[in-house]
Amino acid sequence: MATFLLELVSPEKLLLSRPVEMVTIPAEEGEMGVLPGHSPMIVALRGGVIRVRENGAETEALFIAGGFAEVSPERVTILADEATPLASLSRATAERRLAEAEAALQEATTEPEPKRDAAYARVQAFRTAVTVAQAA
Amino acid sequence: MPSLKDLRGRINSVKSTRKITQAMKMVAAAKLRRAQAQAEAARPYAQRMEAILASLGAAVAASPDAPRMLVGTGADRVHLLVVVTADRGLAGPFNTQVGRLARARIRALEAEGKQVKLLTVGRKGATYLRREFASRVVGEVNFAGKKRVDFTDAEAIALQVAGLLEEGGFDVCSLIYNRFRNVISQIPTEQRLIPTPLPEGSAAAEGPQALYEYEPAEDQILATLLPRNLAIQIYRAILESTAGEHGARMTAMDNATRNAGDMINRLTLNYNRTRQANITRELIEIISGAEAV
Repeated sequence: MATFLLELVSPEKLLLSRPVEMVTIPAEEGEMGVLPGHSPMIVALRGGVIRVRENGAETEALFIAGGFAEVSPERVTILADEATPLASLSRATAERRLAEAEAALQEATTEPEPKRDAAYARVQAFRTAVTVAQAA
Repeated sequence: MPSLKDLRGRINSVKSTRKITQAMKMVAAAKLRRAQAQAEAARPYAQRMEAILASLGAAVAASPDAPRMLVGTGADRVHLLVVVTADRGLAGPFNTQVGRLARARIRALEAEGKQVKLLTVGRKGATYLRREFASRVVGEVNFAGKKRVDFTDAEAIALQVAGLLEEGGFDVCSLIYNRFRNVISQIPTEQRLIPTPLPEGSAAAEGPQALYEYEPAEDQILATLLPRNLAIQIYRAILESTAGEHGARMTAMDNATRNAGDMINRLTLNYNRTRQANITRELIEIISGAEAV
């Protein structure tokens, strides 16, 4: 099957760079499956799970806390704020981060709207993290 | 002439100094390797970010309501300098180098009648610049006692800068830091942050790039992309500076160790000479005493 180059980078490292068949990314306006030959796009991402398909099976699943993706027919570049493979994402950490995000949202209620939205987005992201965390 | 005991004391003290400098060199070498790896790991993200920003920025920059973080306030009156140094000294000319460049820039800008504000990152730069420019310092950040600087630290600084921009605290923002070229050479560099420098003409030349579809709209993406870009630029500067710091310290301590070695050799030679002179003198005393009898 046709493939395209998927690159997943976080500020701290390059996590993936190899040809894949399909990737599902959590775009701000809904999940989005990308196949080879997709029309060029730049999309903002919310917190969620990136799923990678190779050879007809899902081979990777990573949690990202938000970011951007640049899609072109032969390449997808994902700039993740932070990315963790689901297998090594622990529920305890996710819950702790969720609590932190909720506290930050509490504080941000008096802030102007963009900041409040950002804080809310983080809460949402870590809510997702708690539900998908696999490691103990 | 110093006595034998004095010389012995000095040799011992230089020897313990050498032990310390040698240990510091080893520690710096180990930390350098880690810092370098971290700096390299951050590079791909920064590169991809630049590429996206270039194609996006070119599309939006021309419009009149382009975000301030991209095009600045349009004025050129108040400059904010973010000066990145290390938290510790004993690294050769590493910190002074940046300090000197910052000072030259401040002088040049003020000579042009512009107002300068300073945000220092790292303890050494803060003390260096505060001596002369205390009234311009608007913020100080340091990572003393922190084992490793991570992205969230850089984000906090970026947030501070963005906050200032929102209040209209400055028109132009630049970053001054030591760029890491290799272990022995760090180049003090000034880099423009706001207005965001766009690679001129390149985006326009590659016409088809403008065909991107945006979701959500361009300006909304930019609104989140720009602060992130600011953070990543600062993060990169901090990492480069950290790698440079350890490189500079390694070289400085290597030199110090070598100098201590030379000094020990000189002192030992001196010590042996004095010892022999003493023996000869004693012999002469004994012989002449015996002859006199």
